[in-house]
Amino acid sequence: MDELLKLLKQNALESPKNLARMLDVSEEDIKERIEAYEQQGIIRGYQAIVNEDQLDLENVEAVIEIRITPERKGGFNSVAQRISKFPEVVSLFLMSGGYDLLAFVKGRTLKETAYFVSDKLATIEGVISTSTHFMLKTYKDQGVLMHTDEEHERLKVSP
Amino acid sequence: MSDSRSAHRSRIASHLAGVPRSGIRDFFEIVSARKDVISLGIGEPDFVTPWHIREESIHALEHGVTSYTANLGLLELRREIAAYVRRSYDADYDPQTEVLVTVGVSEALDLAIRALVDPGDEVIYHEPCYVSYAPLVTFAHGRAVPVITRREKDFKLKRESLEACVSDRTRALILNFPTNPTGATLDRKDVEEIAAFAIEHDLIVLSDEIYSELTYEGERVSIATLPGMKDRTVFLNGCSKSWAMTGFRVGFACAPPDLTEAMMKIHQYSMLCAPILSQYAALEALRGGDADMRDMREAYRKRRNFIHASLNEIGLPCHLPRGAFYAFPSVAHLDLSARDFALRLLDEEKVACVPGTAFGDSGEGFIRCAYATDIEEIQEAMERIGGFVARL
Repeated sequence: MDELLKLLKQNALESPKNLARMLDVSEEDIKERIEAYEQQGIIRGYQAIVNEDQLDLENVEAVIEIRITPERKGGFNSVAQRISKFPEVVSLFLMSGGYDLLAFVKGRTLKETAYFVSDKLATIEGVISTSTHFMLKTYKDQGVLMHTDEEHERLKVSP
Repeated sequence: MSDSRSAHRSRIASHLAGVPRSGIRDFFEIVSARKDVISLGIGEPDFVTPWHIREESIHALEHGVTSYTANLGLLELRREIAAYVRRSYDADYDPQTEVLVTVGVSEALDLAIRALVDPGDEVIYHEPCYVSYAPLVTFAHGRAVPVITRREKDFKLKRESLEACVSDRTRALILNFPTNPTGATLDRKDVEEIAAFAIEHDLIVLSDEIYSELTYEGERVSIATLPGMKDRTVFLNGCSKSWAMTGFRVGFACAPPDLTEAMMKIHQYSMLCAPILSQYAALEALRGGDADMRDMREAYRKRRNFIHASLNEIGLPCHLPRGAFYAFPSVAHLDLSARDFALRLLDEEKVACVPGTAFGDSGEGFIRCAYATDIEEIQEAMERIGGFVARL
């Protein structure tokens, strides 16, 4: 992966000036490359990684295993793309193994999420079955730990 | 009788008296008394040891692995070290007779010097340099002879300057490239000339390559691999810098069997062996840690680029450090000694850098800025240093 993308994945707020220094290129070059990535759709957005457990939001998150029948022309894609358009679906992946799609779903209440699964998801043509697992607690999300370990401090000056 | 004796003689051995406390230690005490300091004074990685390496130690501990190991170190680890040195440095060592696992590379260096030096023998080392080289030679009743490297030559060691320091008593030459505190590296041609010098004067070379995995550009040549050099080189390395394992204290020496045996003799009567849990961690680092090392090197490289550009922009001229994790900018034009610069910077901006004089008299006019600190802190430190220099 391009070193610029790696840096942005670590910290999307890093200024073009600092990025330019770290990569030993010009600031202009950085701005142009970022713009190009955005236009090509390689960079699709910039988000904060929030530990929602700390916010008392009472959201409900679930992981849903979905088995589907592939369509003659579209294969898994047309059903999957249809499912992915629901705003409740945060992430969706085609999987190998005992089921076909894995959906990460977010709702405001248990009832709302249950309704989404039973009335929306399960009734889509091509969906054979669903298996829903509710999430209880987040320990790590997108590579970021959601708990802060007590940090060990190094000596302030060492040889 | 005994009373009059003790009145005349210090309790402390006389050869220690002339050895000053490390300048780092001095500065550490000053900095430790302050709060909210951004420290560029830390000579160790800010990364925590990669989890799979830590986990290997935990696993060993859970399984009751709490014993001594062979004096030379676990054979399994010595085999892995030999394999690592072969693939990374292209040097061949027999794990049975030519590899010794030590408590950090610091111990390995001490052993090598004690194994080689008779009282009055001379050992050449290049300066500015890591704080322990000259004291270790003194502890071995030898004479440490500094050869000064200069900013105009990017702190590279040149054969011409070595010639002026050699005598009939010269026994060994200590090399440390990439260098703490200058970040200097050597080109193949420099290494070849130093090797020719060592052969001509029949010297043993102690090559401390602890920072060699943190080389950002240019070919990395270990002097041990040059023709005729393996038999007169002690290759020193360890896990501390490459895998962020300073606290594990694992180093190693690769040397011809007679030297390894001599070093082992001291090691077996003093340390006995390196801690077994650390040896297992080292084993995991060498077997499965290449990717971690690469990732950390790339992170250091970006910080290096940043700090080098920033220091030069601020008006502290700095050569490009091609290895290790130190920038060594000049403050000589500012009418302040290195120590005063560092003290005032600490007082006025709460940024800690180590005065170059901690690394030998030739470090006057420079400060060492370690970039083994996360990028946000480095950015903040550069802003503060910029403000400070602008006010001077």
